[in-house]
Amino acid sequence: MTDAQLDRADSRVRHDEGLSGALRAFIDRVRSGDLGMLPVLIGLALITLVFSTLNPVFLAPNNLVNLLFDAAAIGLISLGVVCVLLLGEIDLSIGSMSGLSSALVGVLWVNSGLPMMVAIVGAVLAGAAVGAVYGVLRNKFEMPSFVATLAGLLGLQLYLLGSTGSINLPYTSPLVKFGQILIMPAWLSYLAAILPGAFMLYSGLKTMQRRRAANLFSPGLSVLLVKAGVITVALLACVAYLEQGRGVPYMFGVFTLFVVALDYALRRTHWGRSMFAVGGNAEAARRSGISVKKIRLSAFMLCSSLAALGGVFAASRLASASQQAGTGDVNLNAIAAAVIGGTSLFGGRGSAWSALLGIIVIQAISNGLTLLNLSSSLRYMITGAVLAIAVIVDSLARRSRASHGRA
Amino acid sequence: MQKGDLILKLRGVTKQFGAVTALQDIELDVHAGEVVALVGDNGAGKSTLIKTLAGVHQPTSGSIEWCGKPVTLDSPGTALELGIATVFQDLALCENLDVVANLFLGHELNPWALDEVEMEVRAWTLLQELAARIPSVRKPIASLSGGQRQTVAIARSLLLDPKIIMLDEPTAALGVAQTAEVLNLIERVRDRGHGVILISHNMEDVRAVADRIVVLRLGQNNGVFTAETSHQDLVAAITGATDNSVSRRMARKLGEPA
Ligand SMILES: Nc1ncnc2c1ncn2[C@@H]1O[C@H](COP(=O)(O)OP(=O)(O)OP(=O)(O)O)[C@@H](O)[C@H]1O
Ligand SMILES: [Mg+2]
Repeated sequence: MTDAQLDRADSRVRHDEGLSGALRAFIDRVRSGDLGMLPVLIGLALITLVFSTLNPVFLAPNNLVNLLFDAAAIGLISLGVVCVLLLGEIDLSIGSMSGLSSALVGVLWVNSGLPMMVAIVGAVLAGAAVGAVYGVLRNKFEMPSFVATLAGLLGLQLYLLGSTGSINLPYTSPLVKFGQILIMPAWLSYLAAILPGAFMLYSGLKTMQRRRAANLFSPGLSVLLVKAGVITVALLACVAYLEQGRGVPYMFGVFTLFVVALDYALRRTHWGRSMFAVGGNAEAARRSGISVKKIRLSAFMLCSSLAALGGVFAASRLASASQQAGTGDVNLNAIAAAVIGGTSLFGGRGSAWSALLGIIVIQAISNGLTLLNLSSSLRYMITGAVLAIAVIVDSLARRSRASHGRA
Repeated sequence: MQKGDLILKLRGVTKQFGAVTALQDIELDVHAGEVVALVGDNGAGKSTLIKTLAGVHQPTSGSIEWCGKPVTLDSPGTALELGIATVFQDLALCENLDVVANLFLGHELNPWALDEVEMEVRAWTLLQELAARIPSVRKPIASLSGGQRQTVAIARSLLLDPKIIMLDEPTAALGVAQTAEVLNLIERVRDRGHGVILISHNMEDVRAVADRIVVLRLGQNNGVFTAETSHQDLVAAITGATDNSVSRRMARKLGEPA
């Protein structure tokens, strides 16, 4: 290491090099309140421990496969919630929107005989339109999103379904198969487990090379190898375990693809950077030439569209569109998942992955409690308590970050 | 653009915030290769004028001409596109983003696959020009000192190679070396043929670099001076009276036995 490196001139900074350095930097970050994914991983471990001792079925491969089937729909909705939370906004109508969307699919496809894909696209477009309305209300009239979407929660009712109140989806249709039985072939699952690590290694090596060429410091190869190795081994272990049961549901695979896409968009594009900027300091973002209104509009539209798609997934899981769709704990679960996963309610902090990790926690709790034959009201209460804990962790971490200068 | 050409011309610019008239009938010219200092008491309307030019506020009335053509600066984006860069008094940085992200905010390299390495290299180069003492460009702004943040804000204004740079009290929080670098930088920018508007309460700095000194008082023009103008005359224009607290203090100091 020479002093000539561009970013190594300040002698006051401890430069963490190699593996031990990376570990030390990580501990520093956690201490200062930059918790990242840590709370959710600890929570997941605790939940697994408790439920598997109370009822060993919890850890049975096929129970976990079912858990993943159940997680995909709300997970998608939660992914949209991440977008609005990043801006410090909220959407309380996601549950109603998902219910409306499943009703639309039922009416357009089953009742009116339109092609299935047309019905699905129609439902998602309806979601985008509702989101656009929220965006305009927020941008033009400065109506707090909390109020606009609360109105949406009550307003997006399922009159579409008429007096019967529910439409059954044809059992042999691809949509219902997708939600109930379609499992990725083993080779595809294993491939999907290897890809992240491989990609991490590839892009990491490329960045390392470029940083060296540009005379910037780059953390050693060992850090990269360990990170990629841990990820690959962990994912392979998960897939191998699930393969002992039915395997990885396609539904969950598609959800994960959406997470990866949003993660890329948030971290590696101008749009994503603008999202974080608007969430952190909207006025500063505006003065940098970012169109804050467009960013807000895009977030609300994305959130409602994902909620609509989540509604389609839910309908395919249940093989029906009913007036119960999207009610109950859908709102609570989708918002809780995002927050539990580490997306801040205060805007400007979070990640697409928080939706995935958060929904697994939520679904694990709900699944475990169902296995214990506990009533649904008790389930709501426990989920609510977990959300409260997540919000407290979020606030405490925020305070700690402020005192450690990490925003 | 030739040195001495008129870049920016304001006539009769008025800005009202409800009942408060923050600016009234302001006239201001900025030429290429010229440093214009904008001075005035607290609340004189300096920041409001700059924000109007940055597209943050819309003037209530009046005309703004850019290179001879009338323009409407209806958003900060429009001003940036024309080539008007601003260092705001409150800096306007995003505390949750790191230094590189703040520098390139709104103008990232390669918008569909951000080029972090190139942005980091450019960030370091720019910061070194300003003799910045910044430990790491990958730390969020929240972890920087006031002066370091100010340096980041100044660096950001230079990034897009603007035609005019407006600096609102850019050296208020800076150390001696960094202040000197900012003054050097102002001269370099001027020598490259760009216009500079500098707001400062430090008359020494103002005299050191300004070609013209424009005084605002209670939201109105109160004379245009040069660096040769005596201190008393400037203070009189700023405070609006030859008998003011500054002159009285001076007199008292002189009157006291040493
Ligand atoms: N957004 C606003 N809304 C209402 N009044 C405002 C606003 N911004 C500024 N003002 C008023 O306009 C006047 C001029 O303020 P401005 O910030 O331009 O002063 P300044 O010359 O920059 O002062 P300083 O030297 O303290 O920075 C003040 O009386 C202030 O109260
Ligand atoms: Mg000011």
